[in-house]
Amino acid sequence: MGKSNRAILISIFFGLIGLIFVIRLFVLQVIDPTYKYLADSNTHRKITEFPSRGLIFDRNGKLLVSNQAVYDVMIIPREVKAFDTLDFCNALNITRTELDGLFQELRQNIRNRKASTFKPSVFFKQLSAEQYGIFQEKLYKFSGFHVQRRTLRKYEFHHAAHVLGYVGEVNDAMLQRDSYYALGDYTGISGIENTYENYLRGAKGARYVLVDVHGREKGLLRGGRIDTSAISGKDLTLTLDIDLQAYGEFLMQNKIGSIVAIEPATGEILAMISSPGYDPALLVGRERSKNFPVLSNDPLFPLLNRAIMSGYPPGSTFKTVMALIGMQEGVLKESTRYGCQMGYHARGLSVGCHAHSSPLDLVPSISNSCNAYYCNVFRTVLDNPAVGTPQKGLDKWKEYLLNFGFGSRLGSDFFNESRGFIPGSSYYDRIYGGRRWGSLTVISLSIGQGELLTTPIQMANMTAAIANKGRFYTPHVLKSVKNDTIPMRFRTIHQTGIDSVHFVPVIDGMEQAVWGDYGSTARIARIPDVRICGKTGTAQNPHGKDHSIFVAFAPKDNPKIAIAVYVENGGFGATYAAPIASLMVEKYLKQEIHTSRKWLETRMVEANLINENK
Amino acid sequence: MRTNKPISSSLDWVTVTLYLIMIVFGWLNLYAANTSPDATDFFDTGKEYFKQLIWIIVALLSVGVILLTDSKFFVEFAYIFYGISILLLLAVLIFGVPINGAKAWFQIGTTRFQPVEIAKVASTLAIARVMSRFEFSIYNLSDIAKLGLIWFIPVAIIILQNDTGSALVFVAFFILFFREGMSPFVILFGFIAIIVFILTLIIPNYTIHMVLAASFFVFLFLKGLRRESLISAVVALSIFGISALVFKSRGADINYDLALSFGMAGASMYLIFRALIKRLSIVWIFLMMFWGSVVFAYSTDYFYEKVLNDYQRSRIMVLLGLKDDPLGAGYNVNQSKIAIGSGGFSGKGFLQGTQTKFNFVPEQSTDFIFCTVGEEWGFLGTTSVITLFVFLLIRLIKLAERQHSDFSRIYGYGVIGIFFFHFAINIGMTIGLAPVIGIPLPFFSYGGSSLWGFSILLFIFLKLDTNRNELIR
Ligand SMILES: [Zn+2]
Repeated sequence: MGKSNRAILISIFFGLIGLIFVIRLFVLQVIDPTYKYLADSNTHRKITEFPSRGLIFDRNGKLLVSNQAVYDVMIIPREVKAFDTLDFCNALNITRTELDGLFQELRQNIRNRKASTFKPSVFFKQLSAEQYGIFQEKLYKFSGFHVQRRTLRKYEFHHAAHVLGYVGEVNDAMLQRDSYYALGDYTGISGIENTYENYLRGAKGARYVLVDVHGREKGLLRGGRIDTSAISGKDLTLTLDIDLQAYGEFLMQNKIGSIVAIEPATGEILAMISSPGYDPALLVGRERSKNFPVLSNDPLFPLLNRAIMSGYPPGSTFKTVMALIGMQEGVLKESTRYGCQMGYHARGLSVGCHAHSSPLDLVPSISNSCNAYYCNVFRTVLDNPAVGTPQKGLDKWKEYLLNFGFGSRLGSDFFNESRGFIPGSSYYDRIYGGRRWGSLTVISLSIGQGELLTTPIQMANMTAAIANKGRFYTPHVLKSVKNDTIPMRFRTIHQTGIDSVHFVPVIDGMEQAVWGDYGSTARIARIPDVRICGKTGTAQNPHGKDHSIFVAFAPKDNPKIAIAVYVENGGFGATYAAPIASLMVEKYLKQEIHTSRKWLETRMVEANLINENK
Repeated sequence: MRTNKPISSSLDWVTVTLYLIMIVFGWLNLYAANTSPDATDFFDTGKEYFKQLIWIIVALLSVGVILLTDSKFFVEFAYIFYGISILLLLAVLIFGVPINGAKAWFQIGTTRFQPVEIAKVASTLAIARVMSRFEFSIYNLSDIAKLGLIWFIPVAIIILQNDTGSALVFVAFFILFFREGMSPFVILFGFIAIIVFILTLIIPNYTIHMVLAASFFVFLFLKGLRRESLISAVVALSIFGISALVFKSRGADINYDLALSFGMAGASMYLIFRALIKRLSIVWIFLMMFWGSVVFAYSTDYFYEKVLNDYQRSRIMVLLGLKDDPLGAGYNVNQSKIAIGSGGFSGKGFLQGTQTKFNFVPEQSTDFIFCTVGEEWGFLGTTSVITLFVFLLIRLIKLAERQHSDFSRIYGYGVIGIFFFHFAINIGMTIGLAPVIGIPLPFFSYGGSSLWGFSILLFIFLKLDTNRNELIR
């Protein structure tokens, strides 16, 4: 290729590019009418119509969460003309300094490309309806400003904050991920507001208005034919009983801990209390920026949902599952007897117990909560010759617990559930450096202590599984969605792998724990006319007083409620957890507390375990 | 042999006229884009068209100075200019003010200046100086290295300033390299590399690998090596199949990348064996090209996934139009097309545009000034601007080809390349044919330093052209 040929080639190439441009422009400007439509003889402006968020009801149809209208003052910076700032400040009820601050923030956003000078952005957030009335009258004086209607959450009850979660502005990551959102939009940040965002949010609509060169509205673009109206979000019905929820929060005041109550037949969560809690209304709109830092810096972590996120050792409540595993493995019968001399003693190792008659068989071992009995049961499970080694035995044991929903997320409605922890053989191999451990080394697992961690919701689920004699539905708070179905995982039944016959003595033991003679651990939980079955527990707490635990279900036949209660630093299970659980059960089944038990209610409400010295 | 004829007699008045028409038309558009019917604009930072007028005067004065300067001066001082421009580029990294994420501007009072404009002129001069040396050869490795270094240093600094658009302008020099004898295959390879790079971002690697493998066998077949092609294809396929089965039997997901590599490695070994026996040199070339492309595809993917951060990745995706950027590029182009489309055949008339006037097109006076042309002057106006540019470019080629001295011609092609790149990318992006790279349209876009830079760039060439019959050393 000669060099002057290349000059010709380059010239042809330039001409070709020019030709392509001309053809493209001919299409764009002369042939294709789309762009002329879009521009029309005027310009247009898109006005977003925000849908109202889906409402939330409780299981009895009581409205929990609704919406309230607020008005955002929007600005299109390039259209703003000089205006009377004093008048403007008065109309918005702000000071001159605050106004300067708002402009400062806007300039900052424009510089960071978060806002633009030619598109509307939020200038002043959440005017109340009254303030909006005042501002609206003067709006014509302020060119470049307009008002956008939005909705905020409104809480009809000041309860269940952890379950409901809260709504806040979308962050940058969310804007990137989902093109539905625009800067300043609201979205569910936590709780079911977050999980069911797609049901609740609905769909935005858009209105296109023609605007002349002066920025004045001149009617609808193409007669409003391309406008879309906003579609409201879907209403949700929750499984919560708001009265029971409120009662639980009432009982748990001034205590740290958690209550989870489940309807065993369905897995529906009737109440989920995490204490201390907060009023959901504190995190709405303008209030949130003020209250959120206070709540998140509180040393008691009121924002933490302890019901799903806190792991504790299950303590003696775990003896129920231990008995079930022993029977299913064939190493334990209802008639199996073990002696107890104030505890379990083997090869220099002792696990203490309290005074009770000895020896015991299975049913009284539960009602008396004998430690020695379960040390024996645990060792026979691990050292079962049919299994082989204690390592295999422990893994077998772990497998049963996983089937009960321990050691992993249950898959309820909340994305931030904790898994808890169930140690297996590999865990101890790592700790002891190989196989240098046996059933005696890990004996504290038998009474629910040691490395075990379970969450309150997992404990409530275990109780529901016992009440159902071996089956359970994943605990959940979503009961129904208007014009839609709930996720499949809430409608699938899980099997624990334990034959239903084995539950009979365990349930009898739990019944005896409450209704038995002297020596039964949970007599305080007796409710007139309700055959409640329960099991106390105490979680060792290296940092202070032990945690009080109680799991229960009632009535014994055809159970309607299964419950787990944790009271941090509450001491023995019978001290706080058992009374609180029984009051909850009574409230749910009888609607009110029997006069003979009013004193117990008062004592629970008045107990202050957070700041006893105050 | 200096002549004492007045400069006006040897100056190319055709180009000067084109230049003046563009400056005047450009300014009128800027005036239109910035005039709103109601007066005070709250966020106004001073009238752009007024500032631009002052810059036009400054540019014309500079042009006058250039025309009075001896042509030799530009040759003599080419390297010094280059050195100064590099220092300025470095200085802006330290003292510059960040605008739209790029740290590429000096600011004195309300006036901004972008040293990359000087760097374009200086680099063109330096490249012309290197390439016009008597013993320079485009096939000499050390010459190529020297040229590459002169080209690469400003590019690297500009990328550090995060001003990718301006750095890309330096690709324009490939038009000059092509004219000066660079093999057209270099450009072809460049294109293939870009296509493979884009493909690696949108389709899985093994698909590219597979397409490359298939075309490899087809090429072999077409080159007459039918037997080799068929046998090696069978070898590759069977090894691929066996590896896939092995992966499957071990319960793992099938690693297609690895299985394919095994297959092609087997085929390559067979072909090397055949090539050694039958002395088939073409096989070696094909093998090298194939494995070169495969390695390139995988390494760009690795670079993209592992070396770049999220922000850089998203910029590349937006640049290639593979991702929407609702507040940025995507919005601009759509609004720009609406504005241009609304102009129709003959436009809405001077100052009658609403799209561009009413701030619907962002950066309308800088990168998207062509929209104002489209809206107010219609198809007639846009076609005129394109004709003006193409005419200017072809005129400049004609001027370049008539130079007696290599320096002038090479410099001329540098100027041509830069003007073409700005013209093609800027207009291409406003009408949605090119990725959104924020570079100005010469003489039309608002911006003092770019107007000044383009004027200097052009008139140095016109000055050199006045001495076209001499050897400038
Ligand atoms: Zn005992």
